[in-house]
Amino acid sequence: MAVLETKNLGIAFGGLRALEDVQISIGEREIVGLIGPNGAGKTTMFNLLTDVYVPTEGSIELEGKSIVGKKTYQITQNGISRTFQNIRLFKDVSVIDNVKIAMNFQMKYSVLSGIFRTPAYRREEKEVEARALDLLKVFHLDSKADDMAKNLPYGQQRKLEIARALATNPKVLLLDEPAAGMNPTETRELMETIQLIRDRFEISILLIEHDMSFVMGICEHIFVLDYGKIIAEGSAEEIRNNPKVIAAYLGGE
Amino acid sequence: MDILAQVLNGLGIGSIYALVALGYSMVYGIVQLINFAHGDIIMVGAYVTYVGLVMAGVPLWAAVLISILFCGIAGVLIEKLAYSRLLKKGAPRISLLITAIGVSIFLQNLSQLLFSSSAKSMPAMFPNGMLELGALQVSSNTLLNIGTSIVMMIALQLLVNKTKIGKAMRATSEDAGAAKLMGISTSSTIAFTFGVGSALAAVGAVLYCNTFHQITPYMGGMLGLKAFVAAVLGGIGSIPGAMLGGYILGVAESLTTAAGGSQITDAIVFGILILVLLVKPAGLFGKNTREKV
Repeated sequence: MAVLETKNLGIAFGGLRALEDVQISIGEREIVGLIGPNGAGKTTMFNLLTDVYVPTEGSIELEGKSIVGKKTYQITQNGISRTFQNIRLFKDVSVIDNVKIAMNFQMKYSVLSGIFRTPAYRREEKEVEARALDLLKVFHLDSKADDMAKNLPYGQQRKLEIARALATNPKVLLLDEPAAGMNPTETRELMETIQLIRDRFEISILLIEHDMSFVMGICEHIFVLDYGKIIAEGSAEEIRNNPKVIAAYLGGE
Repeated sequence: MDILAQVLNGLGIGSIYALVALGYSMVYGIVQLINFAHGDIIMVGAYVTYVGLVMAGVPLWAAVLISILFCGIAGVLIEKLAYSRLLKKGAPRISLLITAIGVSIFLQNLSQLLFSSSAKSMPAMFPNGMLELGALQVSSNTLLNIGTSIVMMIALQLLVNKTKIGKAMRATSEDAGAAKLMGISTSSTIAFTFGVGSALAAVGAVLYCNTFHQITPYMGGMLGLKAFVAAVLGGIGSIPGAMLGGYILGVAESLTTAAGGSQITDAIVFGILILVLLVKPAGLFGKNTREKV
């Protein structure tokens, strides 16, 4: 069964139809790629899936339930989490607090018990602290827990963004160009990390990426967007040999 | 010794400025809005205390508590009714600023309508006596003011740095868009911030009433302006900065008055602001935001 599914999804900005009739479906524990030339509408697609934009047509279903028209923070609470093309960490907040912020909505103590520091407050804060540290360990960031996020080197900031997204306990994780700006070694490491995340947290992953060896190496299923439409889908092998895809990337007659 | 006593007096008055400045700073920190209606919340707090204490005759603790709760709720309501739609639609800053001035005028006129424009006198609220600290004489009210402001600042620091709502506030202030995508309801976080800021203004209002014994519908104007100066002086957005700014202002006023310059205290206060901003444009504790090119 598909965890996340869109039907006839589209959005128009004034007269410009940025996305049209997009159908994608992501299975349980599947790693899916979304590729396409610049301006094809990939990030717009992410913004629709997280209700940053409201679609002008079509439906988005998470585990069979429509999520169109919900507020962005409710989408996250329902199980879709994401990272950003340009890193958007909370820069002046410590590494561990970045992760804890994403766990905020899962904590139940009231403002009053926060002010009076009741046992419930202490217990929950302790739990969250431990969970956050565990998560940082997965990304080898635990030794930097108390550093400001802005002081991490670039590659680690990217990792922290993924850790923060995972902290919301998503069912589907959306990664917007996770390998952008990474060197080949870091990229290889990232591929391993993504597979590890999928196995360990048992989630589905949808990722946008321009690095083709990365996409082909890791994705079990790939969708190709061009001018706002899905022009092809299939396994890495099928996509690599699809004449439409080659034309979209290299130009054809 | 005389100067030391004046400094303590100044800290006492400065504590009131500081409590109000905290509200300016918190709201600015989270939505970059100079909430010019914040000064008038002090006035609301003062009148609610007056109604409770003088007109209804409830006990002091109840009057204070009601005033704090009332202002906290009023702060949330004002945010929901006046600002939240503008924020949601991404209105330009100037629209928010003008709305804030509108809310300020509305509150002043409402209280004139309800209580007339003449001043009301407040009875003394807390027992006041002179305490001897060595050779130094201090009124117990001064110590009460200073103590209250310090306790409030510590509580606020703990709230912002150690609790989940504090984390939500910091996340919203840094990047509201990313905060939403991390499952945080930014609109309720912003409303909460207004509520806390207004409740602190009510605490300031109670201390003000206890110190000056007189309230008018316009009292929020000058008091709000000075608290705003305190917030800017300390570096707007910074909690310790707001406190320090308030104290500096209070001490400067009290020393000027003691030196026989009571007519030029305001000139001195605003002069200090100009001087500090010339040297440190972001205020004493403010962060210089440098745009990357």
